[in-house]
Amino acid sequence: MNIPADLKYAKSHEWARLASDGLVTVGISDHAQEALGDIVFLELPAVGRKVKAGEECAVVESVKAASDIYAPIGGEVVAVNQAAADAPESVNQDAYAAWLFKLKPDNAADLDGLLDAAAYAKVAAEE
Amino acid sequence: MTKQTPLYATHVRLGGKMVDFAGWDMPLHYGSQVEEHHLVRRDAGMFDVSHMLALDLEGAGAHDLLHRLIANNVDKLTVPGRALYSCMLNAQGGVIDDLIVYFFRPDFYRVVVNAGTADKDLAWIAQHAGSVQVKPRRDLAMIAVQGPNARAKTWAALPGSEAASSGLKPFHAAWFGDALIARTGYTGEDGFELMIPAGRAEAAWNALLAAGVKPAGLGARDTLRLEAGMPLYGQDMDEQTSPLEAGLAWTVDLDAPRDFAGKSVLAARRPERQTLGLLLEDRGVLRAHQKVFAAQGEGEITSGSFSPSMNRSIALARLPAACAVGDTVEVEIRDKRLKATVVKPPFVRNGKVLV
Repeated sequence: MNIPADLKYAKSHEWARLASDGLVTVGISDHAQEALGDIVFLELPAVGRKVKAGEECAVVESVKAASDIYAPIGGEVVAVNQAAADAPESVNQDAYAAWLFKLKPDNAADLDGLLDAAAYAKVAAEE
Repeated sequence: MTKQTPLYATHVRLGGKMVDFAGWDMPLHYGSQVEEHHLVRRDAGMFDVSHMLALDLEGAGAHDLLHRLIANNVDKLTVPGRALYSCMLNAQGGVIDDLIVYFFRPDFYRVVVNAGTADKDLAWIAQHAGSVQVKPRRDLAMIAVQGPNARAKTWAALPGSEAASSGLKPFHAAWFGDALIARTGYTGEDGFELMIPAGRAEAAWNALLAAGVKPAGLGARDTLRLEAGMPLYGQDMDEQTSPLEAGLAWTVDLDAPRDFAGKSVLAARRPERQTLGLLLEDRGVLRAHQKVFAAQGEGEITSGSFSPSMNRSIALARLPAACAVGDTVEVEIRDKRLKATVVKPPFVRNGKVLV
């Protein structure tokens, strides 16, 4: 299972990365893309939307099923990955490169409340 | 406790992602459902369909039994090995199951039914069988080899199969030793369905693998059948659905004088709904149970998915009888209404997009 050590994770299988510009990039884990199977459609949030932690804000659809994506922390959506929406299979190819959206966090310290790689590995293994 | 087919260990060895399907532990895919789909459209793939049940009906009353129990007319079967697709209806005209009947002699037929309905089908048939012997053939495995190269690769893999089956027309079957080889399927492609003694299933599967037939799972089977416009029991029709509203009127013989279960109800009632195809014009994925809004009233999607062959979303939908091919309708997906065009299935057959 590919779970990079430098990312934070939500139990609902999103990853989050804080960059030096203060923005948090969000995607879905490699475990999640594998469980979903061939991904064929991404519905991304509108730029400017304010989301709370745990709020549904995107949908990833595979051939098999639709899966809701939740904001791992609260903030404002400042960018979405249109390239991934145009080529949804890129999430299957590299779930950590094909990010979904970027948040300007309400409070970057909220990331501390997410799981680290070791804790997320346990969550993923229990499924 | 889920049941396992004779090929269970083979699927696990090949990396199949195993899931519960109608109480059976079956491969959903072996890596990529979409790649498996394309393989069947472009070359040849094989499916383990041993979860389905073959029932042999033997005895002098076998023909009469099927005459009374199924909605299509077994009198159409005059050549040994000829196959017929039919629904089996309850007294209210609802669909107990859809099945394929193979004719060998007027006192010997084989019926292949769905896995999820096998127990109730067996009970229903046995209840009406009288002196006809109903023999469930759980000693058989079933492998569907499908795709434009399926027949040639089957012939290369299984010695003697070419001689047994090279003359078979579509929807005909022939004996091949103690196996049955049928030119039938559930993908919209050419190919065979093989019914072979369970003990020889793994050897046959491995020979097909060696001949270049790739394994494909239930995921690809579902997108292939949807593109081919073929209904899935339990999803596109069930005991509350009339076959006349499920796109299966072509399989219901109301004209012949014989009586069959459900006939009088179907004959007395004009269908209020119909089943047609939808092509999503916007981006998104159609799914079962989404609501459809047409100028003539509301409908519902019964099967929807992403079509790998068309690279867009398609569906089968139950629509008001007044809807017509070419109409634009709206489908409610989450909080949005997206545009779709009504089309006549099938969407894809023999590798070609038809809509």
